[in-house]
Amino acid sequence: MRRVNRDQRTRINLTLNGRAVSADTEPRMLLSDFLRHALGATGTHVGCEHGVCGCCTVLIDGTAGRSCLTLAVQVEGRAVRTVESLASADGKLNALQQAFQNNHALQCGFCTPGILMSFTDYLAKNPKPSEAEICEVLSGHLCRCTGYAGIVAAIKEATGSK
Amino acid sequence: MGDLVSKVLGTSVRRKEDPALLSGRGRYADDLPVPHGTLHAHVIRSPHAHAKILKIDVAEALTQRGVWAVITGEDVKKFSDPFLIVLKAPIHQWSLAVERVRYVGEPVALVVADDRYLAEDAAEKVQVDYEPLLAAVDPLAACKKDAPHLHAEAKSNEISVRAFSYGDVKGAFAKADAHVKLTVDYARMSFTPMECYVVVAAYDPIAGSYDVLANFQGPFSTHPVMARALRVPGTKFRVRIPPDSGGSFGIKLSVFPYMVLASIAARITGRPVKWVEDRAEHLLAASTGPNRITEIEAAVTKDGRILGLKLDQLEDYGAFLRAPMPGPLYRMHGSVTGAYDIPNVDVINRVVLTNKMPASLIRGFGGPQLYLALERLVHRIAVELKLDHLDVIKRNLIAAKSFPYKTAAGALYDSGDYQSAIEMATGDGRLADLKRRRDAARAAGRYYGIGYAAVVEPGMSNMGYLSNILTAEQREKAGPKNGAVSMVTVNVDPLGAVSVTPDVTVQGQGHETVISQIVAERLGLKVEDIDVVIELDTAKDQWSIAAGTYSCRFTPGTAVAAHMAAMQIRDKLAKIAAKQLNVLPNDIEFVDGKVRSRGNPDNAMPFGRVAGTAHWSPAMLPDGMSPSLRETGVWSPPELEPPSSDDRINTSLTYGFVFDLCGVEIDPMTYQVRVDRYVSMHDAGTLLNPMIAEGQMRGAFAQGIAAALYEEYVSDESGAFLSGSFADYLVPTVSEIPPVEFLHQETPSPFTPLGAKGLAEGNCMSVPACIANAIADALGVKDISLPASPRRIHGLLAEVEARQKGESVRAAGGAR
Repeated sequence: MRRVNRDQRTRINLTLNGRAVSADTEPRMLLSDFLRHALGATGTHVGCEHGVCGCCTVLIDGTAGRSCLTLAVQVEGRAVRTVESLASADGKLNALQQAFQNNHALQCGFCTPGILMSFTDYLAKNPKPSEAEICEVLSGHLCRCTGYAGIVAAIKEATGSK
Repeated sequence: MGDLVSKVLGTSVRRKEDPALLSGRGRYADDLPVPHGTLHAHVIRSPHAHAKILKIDVAEALTQRGVWAVITGEDVKKFSDPFLIVLKAPIHQWSLAVERVRYVGEPVALVVADDRYLAEDAAEKVQVDYEPLLAAVDPLAACKKDAPHLHAEAKSNEISVRAFSYGDVKGAFAKADAHVKLTVDYARMSFTPMECYVVVAAYDPIAGSYDVLANFQGPFSTHPVMARALRVPGTKFRVRIPPDSGGSFGIKLSVFPYMVLASIAARITGRPVKWVEDRAEHLLAASTGPNRITEIEAAVTKDGRILGLKLDQLEDYGAFLRAPMPGPLYRMHGSVTGAYDIPNVDVINRVVLTNKMPASLIRGFGGPQLYLALERLVHRIAVELKLDHLDVIKRNLIAAKSFPYKTAAGALYDSGDYQSAIEMATGDGRLADLKRRRDAARAAGRYYGIGYAAVVEPGMSNMGYLSNILTAEQREKAGPKNGAVSMVTVNVDPLGAVSVTPDVTVQGQGHETVISQIVAERLGLKVEDIDVVIELDTAKDQWSIAAGTYSCRFTPGTAVAAHMAAMQIRDKLAKIAAKQLNVLPNDIEFVDGKVRSRGNPDNAMPFGRVAGTAHWSPAMLPDGMSPSLRETGVWSPPELEPPSSDDRINTSLTYGFVFDLCGVEIDPMTYQVRVDRYVSMHDAGTLLNPMIAEGQMRGAFAQGIAAALYEEYVSDESGAFLSGSFADYLVPTVSEIPPVEFLHQETPSPFTPLGAKGLAEGNCMSVPACIANAIADALGVKDISLPASPRRIHGLLAEVEARQKGESVRAAGGAR
């Protein structure tokens, strides 16, 4: 493992949404700040910086994690996937995104990218979750606008249980 | 309305906002590019609830790498004046503490550096010496003579007391069969939008002007407050709102002191300055709803008819009275009698300041506080007179035939049929089912209660309501304040493409979609043909002091202005087309992208061709017509009059109705309140987009549940803040929000051309009251404090057990 010193700027190389990218950072920089401000991937949002709200959730090597609890240096050589990767290049929404629109599962949209990324991971492992399982995963996210009912309905639609 | 028969308006069109937000292409404040050389700020905050600032030593911090400035109250005093407030009282608030701190978290200094990390590093080197003072934390104690004063010159913490009397309350109490009295506490809480505050400020020393980007929500009556503080005319304080905002719920009004602070920092450093609030700062010091203590008393006949009402409301605004406070205490003033026909009412409004975070706007805005008191009282009337709660509600409702109805305190309720709404809500076996559930639970020895709440929900505030805090003579002197102006501009380009600029700020309500529906409908176009640009810019867009998104003003206000602007464009295009089609303008209709003769639909022109005439061939326009295809609809409803000389005030334009009923069960082991079934009935007039309307109701319902059961900002007796993280401050997740059944009835408002009313706050008002009533019914207790956390339920159950023990002792004694 590469050793980095405090205050030493380091080049981080990673795969972001399928593309090799790199940028300089200090060791203490959070992955959320790195994605947003060094790499311009502003679709990932910062809501609490203590791991509770889930807004900043991204996939790291396919597994959902909080980018506000991860240092940028920890993704060296790894694959990070963010909400920007979900729609096709021409802007067409994927099934999960489309289900969110169909079910009015978002209002301000700030928490939405994190929820989409959590379920991108979870539905890959469990494509037919029960409502209880959906709620269990969703309870890792705070949404202040919707009251959650639309989100649950959207995930049910996307997984064909509605 | 002839050919305005709805096709897209009134239907659940999917939101135009969504694809971008779902793809990570939102443009929130912190996503937008900033000029090269922008500096970043970090706020140093007070650790004390009340203290003198003896010394701020910034010398070492200034030597740190990347640091440009450390700004203190002294600088702020040099470049700005205190914020204006509604009262003529010596309460001076700047954007940083000056000489004294008055709450934990109060901004004391601002470190400005090359990046946020460096600013936070340098902040650790700033040495602030304080002399701690005794704090006034509890609102009742703060009113006492020996309490430490927050603002010495004000000579009291109770800075405003106003008494209002309508009708003959004394007579009503004299002839009543009974008096029923209750004291109700409403706690502090916030709705913590997921996106915190963001400000980017720049200063142009040549023009002497400020340019500020912020996720500010309005009302823009705060714009003059900021401009005055910075000693510039409004034109030299340009405010720009980003196209997306991560929720607000009233909270993002209170970014305004930071907009001024960042402006000063930009002026001092000569660079643009950006500040992004973090969650710890947000919970500690952003904004809270005010806590209120209400003493409420009714004079009633023995069958539960309320003859007169008295309210004594003490509201705690924390350390400062920020504009436009004390709004929550006055916004509901006209509707202080709620859904009930009560001709005689006395109100005393008291404002107290304490050593806590300043209170300000929050969704519901005074409604939750009022209705918790009023609806708990109506329940108590039923209990004390041994009547059915629902019967007492029904006995006192305003009659359907009496709309428009003038309340005792001056509100002009536009429309409603409360009786039929309640019939619908309790019908179809809903109430019977709740009673069955209750009876079964009680038979099994469990704690189960049924609650009701009837709520009148105001929409679009009269900007003059707050002037009722002044006496009639003071108002006369200050000049009458009233009204609420909404403005929307519709523009048609040379190819007939339509864009719309409304006077709202985005927070997630779906304004873009609903405005597109309105304008498309009026112009015979498709929803996707309309582009709505919501990036309010005070230098370029039309706006009034009422602009912004708050107090449910969109539907009764901005939506109407959009309709008016579209109709103005439509009238103009009809005249242009009539000349070219050789028909009369009133024979013109707009259908499917065509402008055509009603009598001969084949005699038609494409919409874009008609619009093009104004741009390409103005000589072909009807005589005297200006070629501009840019029309601003201006909506200023006449019903929003200033307060009358006897202090009656029509506080809002529309008044919706919400009736809730619910069943709750209380677990005697975990002390949890489980909402077993919840039904919420709404009458918000005509619904413009039912899907979006219900989305707003669901969101308000969740926040109502949060207020009833989970969320509370807690300070200890020293003023230390105990709710500083999302682990301490419990925002409900999906697991905590119970299912809810929504029902709708539509009695259109006669006071707006669309018939639609505000609807997004009703459940914030009704749910806490309904659940409190259900808990009171379940446990047979009188005093319910919210949120009904396990700790509070534990206390109530102890009371119940003591009472049961007493009863069994008495019963045993009787048997002997």
